[in-house]
Parts: sequence; structure tokens; C-alpha cells
Amino acid sequence: MTPLPRDSILSRHHWRLGELLWLGAAVACYFAFPEYLALGTSVLVMVLLVQSYDLLLGFAGVLSLGHAVFFGLGAFVAGWLALAGWTEPVSVVLAAAVAAAVLAALIGPFLLRLTGLPLLMVTLAFGVLVFEAAHKATGITGGDDGLSGIQFKPIFGIFEWGLGGATSYLYVLAWLAVLFLLMKRVAASPFGVMLQGIRENPARMRLIGNRVLPHLTLAYVISGAVAGVAGALFTQANAFVGLGVLSLDTSVDVLVMLVLGGIGSLYGALIGAPAYMLLKHFSSQWNPFYWMLIIGVLLIAVVLLGRGGLLGMLQWAARGFRRGRA
Amino acid sequence: MKVAALEASGLCKHFGALHVTQDVSLSLHSGTRTALIGPNGAGKTTLVNLLTGVLKPDAGRLCLFGEEVTRASAAVRTRKGLVRTFQISSLFAQLTVFENVYIAVAQAAGRGFSLWRPAGRQRDLLERTERLVEQMKLQPDMHRKVTEIAYGRQRLVEIAIALALQPRVLLLDEPAAGIPSNELDLLHGAIGTLPADIAVLMIEHDMEMVRRFASEVAVLVNGALLMSGKPCDVMAHPQVQAVYLGVAGKARFDAGAAAYA
Repeated sequence: MTPLPRDSILSRHHWRLGELLWLGAAVACYFAFPEYLALGTSVLVMVLLVQSYDLLLGFAGVLSLGHAVFFGLGAFVAGWLALAGWTEPVSVVLAAAVAAAVLAALIGPFLLRLTGLPLLMVTLAFGVLVFEAAHKATGITGGDDGLSGIQFKPIFGIFEWGLGGATSYLYVLAWLAVLFLLMKRVAASPFGVMLQGIRENPARMRLIGNRVLPHLTLAYVISGAVAGVAGALFTQANAFVGLGVLSLDTSVDVLVMLVLGGIGSLYGALIGAPAYMLLKHFSSQWNPFYWMLIIGVLLIAVVLLGRGGLLGMLQWAARGFRRGRA
Repeated sequence: MKVAALEASGLCKHFGALHVTQDVSLSLHSGTRTALIGPNGAGKTTLVNLLTGVLKPDAGRLCLFGEEVTRASAAVRTRKGLVRTFQISSLFAQLTVFENVYIAVAQAAGRGFSLWRPAGRQRDLLERTERLVEQMKLQPDMHRKVTEIAYGRQRLVEIAIALALQPRVLLLDEPAAGIPSNELDLLHGAIGTLPADIAVLMIEHDMEMVRRFASEVAVLVNGALLMSGKPCDVMAHPQVQAVYLGVAGKARFDAGAAAYA
């Protein structure tokens, strides 16, 4: 058996230097920027959410504008459980994942028969519908006020939540690391390979005997569950849930961050989400009105300079660097 | 009489007022090599689409080894061993030759829902993929994207995918179209080494191919089956010559047959 090239979709299980560098940088940020850990925590939550979306869009080719539904459901489930007195954080996150997975399993078989523009419109409508329903249902969602007064027990009964986000930063980073490994495993498996076949040519997949819909549904369930985890982590880190988690803006932001970072490798989220969130944070401090302009210009530049996103540019630069040395 | 591998009876399909398939009945038996010929627009590819389930017939029924599959989806028919290749290559464009074949191998092995063991560590699948790639002499292009290789070699990837699915009935839609003549031998070799017990239906224009390959010939004209039978009988039939072969085609068939005898 001749070895496969490193960039083959059958080599995704290999460790990459970049993964460890990224993790190292995330840990280093904990020590280097203690005053920014609250921001850092929300960046990590978004990285997880964007990564779950990459599994759906980048691998299975499902273009949805309703991903905030799973994020929001996870966030609200965590809020409801905490207010009902179930405050052990890890089990609450798992419960949120199950809730989001069940929702994905229920709607997936209907939605995923659609593709392209119809799918985009239906997921958009579904997202808006859920948001408006949550807006009206002030009794359970708190409406515009959201749910506040949410408190969780210390993590594993040891680590207090505390102010400043130091605990939650490491807690979210740990969840991100574990779920990244699981998603990487899925992406590298024959199931992940099949998803990429479906993305490339669903009609051909049917003619090699793949029924397509069960594969897409399972991808939707996994992606939804991870988005639900991200939602629960959002609630735990902020001790608050508002309707914003369900808004269309969240779904659009996730898509933009993924395109910015690079689609279809699980790595785009690691770059796109921090780039977008940090740029948004600091440019809106600089000028609260024109920060969208900066994001817009960056996005246009990334799309025009190639479809690989920031990740693609980094890889291109790295190849040039290696060639320059050789 | 043994039950037919594939038995189509009274298949009809029309697109609006255009009747592209008219009451076609056809049976393929295990071990036979049938050539489906007919002029352009005769409805050959539509017939293959009806047989594989890409299109649903307006009337008629279809049995695979005696089991009715008229309403079965394309995916189910493929799992039951009814496999096709495409006249115009239909591959996974952004993936390499090896990855294309791997997908078919993993699907045929029922590993589509294998979620934990990495694809690149499932040795049996990798080895089977490599054997098929070698069989089609595709090693030089193994790790190139299918869209970057010569069109004729893409057709060989099509056949490698079809073989990976372990067909019992194989439908080849103009397998030789676009293959350069110096690579045709490879295709002939591949068809020659197909397992003897499978039934093969091949749409083909090239009379040389038909003569070398077919044990039976069926002629489709204007969506209806004109006749079928042994190659030499069909070719000698005046009606077939009139609508399709022309004098030159018959001469080429005869010349080939004489040279071969």
C-alpha cells in the first residue's frame, strides 16, 4: 500500500502542527491577556459554533441559514434547567446537546430533501419563525428581557465561576478541544468521506447505492448537537440568555465567519471566528458606526483573492515560504 | 429457463408529446453481453435511465432477478447489484481518482456509517481501492483531481467505480466514447475480464466494439425495440441496415468479422 498524500481527504486523521500551535496560542492568551478573557470566552464559543456549521456546509454541502436555532435551543435549555434547579454544568451541556440533536433529527428528514436556494429560503423562514415565536412566548423565554439570574454550581464541584471569565475561558476551551477531536474523527471517517461525496455529486451518490438522506440527517444531528453545546456554554459563560442567540444575525455571522476563515476543513473556524470577533470588537470601539465597513472590505478581499478564506491564504503563503527556502 | 437477471416489460416514457420509450421489453440473462445500438436520439440513454431508476417509467415493469423493482429508488437498485456507468463522466469533481474509487468501495462494503475508524486506516478498503486503480492502469493519475486528468481516463475511473460496486447487472453507457484509441485496449481488457456470470448491457456505436464484445444485439429506433438477436443475424437484417448501419457500417462489421475469423 503506497502512502496517501497528506492533503488527501483520506488523511484527515493525521495530527497537524497547526492544531497544536492554535491550542498553544489559546492557552497563551489566558496568561497574556487576563483582562480580555470574557471576550476570549465568547470567541471560543463562536469557534465551536462555526466549526459545527463547517461540518454541515463544508463537508455535507448543506447551505442553511437557520443554524442559530440549534445554538439558541441549547442556550435556552441551559437557562431553563438552571432556573429549574439543575445547576451541575457539564450535565446541563450534555442535556442541551441532546435537545438540539432531537430537534435536528425531527426536522432534518424534511428539510434536507431540499437543496440550494429552496433549502436556504426554508431554513431562513424556519429561523425567523422560531425567533418570532420565542419573542412572543415571554413566559418561557423572557421575551426582550431574556432569562437572567442564572447560576451554575462549580465545575466538577471544584472550580468556581468567578468574575472576569478566567474559569469559563478554560472550561469552554476544554469543551472545544474535546469536540474538535470528535468532529475531526467524524470528518476523517468513511462517513465523513461519504458526506464529501454527497457535497460533490449527490445524484452520483444515489447511483452508487447511497440513499443520501440518512447521511445528511446524521450530519445535521451531529452539527446541531455541537451547536447546542455552544449555546449552553454561551449561557453558562454569560449567566444570561437573550433572544439574540436565536436571531438571524447569529446565523449570518456564522456563515460569514466560516467563509472568512475557509470552508471544508474544520480549521477555517479556528481562524475565521477569532478574526471576525476581534475585528468587530476593536473596530467598533474605534468607531461604533463604521466597523461593518472594515468587515465588509475584508470579506470582499478574501472572496476575490480565492475561495480558501484566510486559511487558504495562510497555506498559500506557507507554500511560497517553503518554495523560497528550497 | 433460468430467471432473467434483468427483465423489462412494456416500459413506456414520454416527455410531453415526445414518446422517447415505447413499449420496450428486454431481458438480460446472467453471463450474456448485450449491445444496445440505435441512431442518435433513439432513446438509448433514456432507456438506461429507466432501468437504473433515474427516471420513473409511465408504464411497464422491471424485475431484477425475479424481484420487482419498478418503484425502487436508484440507490436501492444499485444495492441489489444493478450498476451503471455514464456516457458523460459524472464523478466527484473536486476529489482525486483514488478518493473517487474509495467512495464506491466503502459504500459497497457497507461502511457508509462507519464513524469512528479513520477512512485512511481501513486497510481492506484502501487495498481494494488500490487494486481497482491498478486494474484500470490509473496509478500515474491516482492522486490527481479527476477534473485534471484526460477525459478518456475519466471514463476508466467510471468503470473502476462500477466494478467497485460488485455489479450483477452492469449497464455501460458508451464506455468507449472519448477514450483515445491507444487506450481502448485497456477498456477492452477491462470488459473482457468482467466476471463471466454478470449480465452486461452496453450502449455502443462502434461496430468493431459490438463485434468483439456482444453475444446479443438489440436495436432501438425511435424509442421502440426494432429487433434483437445474435449479432450476425441482426446486422444482416435489411431493416436494421436501412435505419442504422447503412452500407458502410455493414461493410465494416463484415470486414471485422472476416479478419477475426
